[in-house]
Amino acid sequence: MVPSTMYMPEHGFCRQVRSDALATVCLLIGLLLCQEALGEGITPGLGRIPSAAELANVSTHIYADGSGLPAGSGDGLQGEKIYASRCASCHGGAGQGGSAMELVGDRALLATEFPDRGIAVYWPYAPALFEYINRSMPPDKPYSFSASELYSVIAHLLELNGLIEPGQRVDAAVLTALQMPNKDNFRSGYVEPE
Amino acid sequence: MNKKNTSRRYSRRKFIQHGAGGVAGALVTGSALGADSASGEAPASWKVPGRGFSNYGQPRDARNSPIRWISADRSIAGNGVSWTPLHQLEGMITPNGLHFERHHNGVPEIDPATWKLTVFGQVEKALVFDLNALHRYPMTSRIAFIECGGNSNSMWRPQPAQAPAGYLHGLLSCSEWTGVPLSLLLREAGLKPDAKWLVADGLDASGVTVSVPISKVMDDTIVALYQNGEPVRPENGFPARLLVPGWEGIVNVKWLNSLQLSDRPLMSRFDTVSYTDLQKDGKAERFTFEMGIKSLITSPSPGQSLPAPGFYELSGLAWTGNGVVTRVEVSADGGKTWSQARLQEPVLDKALTRFRAPWHWNGARAILKSRAYDALGQVQPEREVLLRAKGGNQYYHYNAIISWSVDTDGSVHHVYA
Repeated sequence: MVPSTMYMPEHGFCRQVRSDALATVCLLIGLLLCQEALGEGITPGLGRIPSAAELANVSTHIYADGSGLPAGSGDGLQGEKIYASRCASCHGGAGQGGSAMELVGDRALLATEFPDRGIAVYWPYAPALFEYINRSMPPDKPYSFSASELYSVIAHLLELNGLIEPGQRVDAAVLTALQMPNKDNFRSGYVEPE
Repeated sequence: MNKKNTSRRYSRRKFIQHGAGGVAGALVTGSALGADSASGEAPASWKVPGRGFSNYGQPRDARNSPIRWISADRSIAGNGVSWTPLHQLEGMITPNGLHFERHHNGVPEIDPATWKLTVFGQVEKALVFDLNALHRYPMTSRIAFIECGGNSNSMWRPQPAQAPAGYLHGLLSCSEWTGVPLSLLLREAGLKPDAKWLVADGLDASGVTVSVPISKVMDDTIVALYQNGEPVRPENGFPARLLVPGWEGIVNVKWLNSLQLSDRPLMSRFDTVSYTDLQKDGKAERFTFEMGIKSLITSPSPGQSLPAPGFYELSGLAWTGNGVVTRVEVSADGGKTWSQARLQEPVLDKALTRFRAPWHWNGARAILKSRAYDALGQVQPEREVLLRAKGGNQYYHYNAIISWSVDTDGSVHHVYA
């Protein structure tokens, strides 16, 4: 017996119905059209046009140029409190020494042996911090920060990394304008095929 | 015609009902029949009815069957990996329950009835596909490996890690993947001229998001719905994942959520910070998608032991992200001399290839190596050649020649040699 919860795609069944229908069409309107209807050119066209509301709910990606960053702002003072309660247990008190990836490291650039990979040297674009922390952190409750909380946490991290002045508010414009110091030492290893 | 079929069916059934006795009668004569003479000569299983049927087959002895080893974050159970036990498997296909896993925050539970895949961005019209719709699309199958970009990363360490081969190199699996060519869905949506990159994201609790060049997407990328004939396993991306043949595992996004067409890559954390290779000149290379030419001997391999000198078959796997493996050579003297291994058919593009070579072990210490070649004549490098070229700050894309020592007591160890 098939358990009722078992997922049964109807792929084979639907294909059968479709080819039966096509056979009927062939008989009715002749061989020429039949060949066309069975040709490589036909396409299922079973995608549905999403509503505007539906599209607005699809993943909003935040590009390196800052597009996609939401409204809101925050500062390091607020961010430090959030960091202490939500981040420090894995990332350490000041972004170092925890079980998780270091957030603050030696600012030595990457040519030294075993360089740290903190935010200042290993994140070439600041806006990516927003999307990543938003989607992934904290692991026990991802996707739970508000935009202002996120800007605050990022402000704290940028302060710890010496990338903004203490107390500076962070918003979309600040993240977009921020030039990460080691950006030019990242390059693409991908070559388009001929 | 009908009558003939019926009678054939009848006689088959009759054979099933009565055949066993008939066969025994035909093959065994006189005194061998019956309980009197069955004094331990016959296999015990001839004398008792076997076990019944099962809805879903299981390995014979679950406690001693090959398993994935798990290496996960202590505080985040779903962040880590599990390894395919390559050293305990044969052939080229990975059983579904043993396909490697790399999750950033666990395996999401997804209801297939409400799941949908959204295609949007630089397209003529955004489209949403539900699962039943996708299952009605023309499908294609291909046997392909998936290898994590960080597979074999312990090999970058200065000392050779001692573990069974699968737990050093088993972020690598090979399956028959079946699904809808992504190009078909994108043609229906209509690519705008600016659609140069695909940004794909998953439904996992880490929101894995990667950028893939459109040329690869349109060339051979599949929205995979089936894995070795059955629906893709939850831990491998149910209900749908990307298969990007030959490219590092991270871009083969599991639990697909949306596909955004874009004029540029996203530069997500997964594009730039992780899966990025720090070169010895201090430059970090991102978008190092293709997995390099590579091979390893799975038998014999560390943890196994050769009971005595004599004949052994060297058996291993070779693969490359740029096409087919054209040649594998093996050495039993640490690379002083090489001989060509036999490539077992089928030898497929971007799939694991099984190679075999007969070997007579004379009982002296031996160093076993394998090296693979691709269709461009590129050969798997020696370890020091790779280290010289890449420096020591690497984590991903280790593809140097792998060496095992067979010691005089028959034990096998991992060595740098």
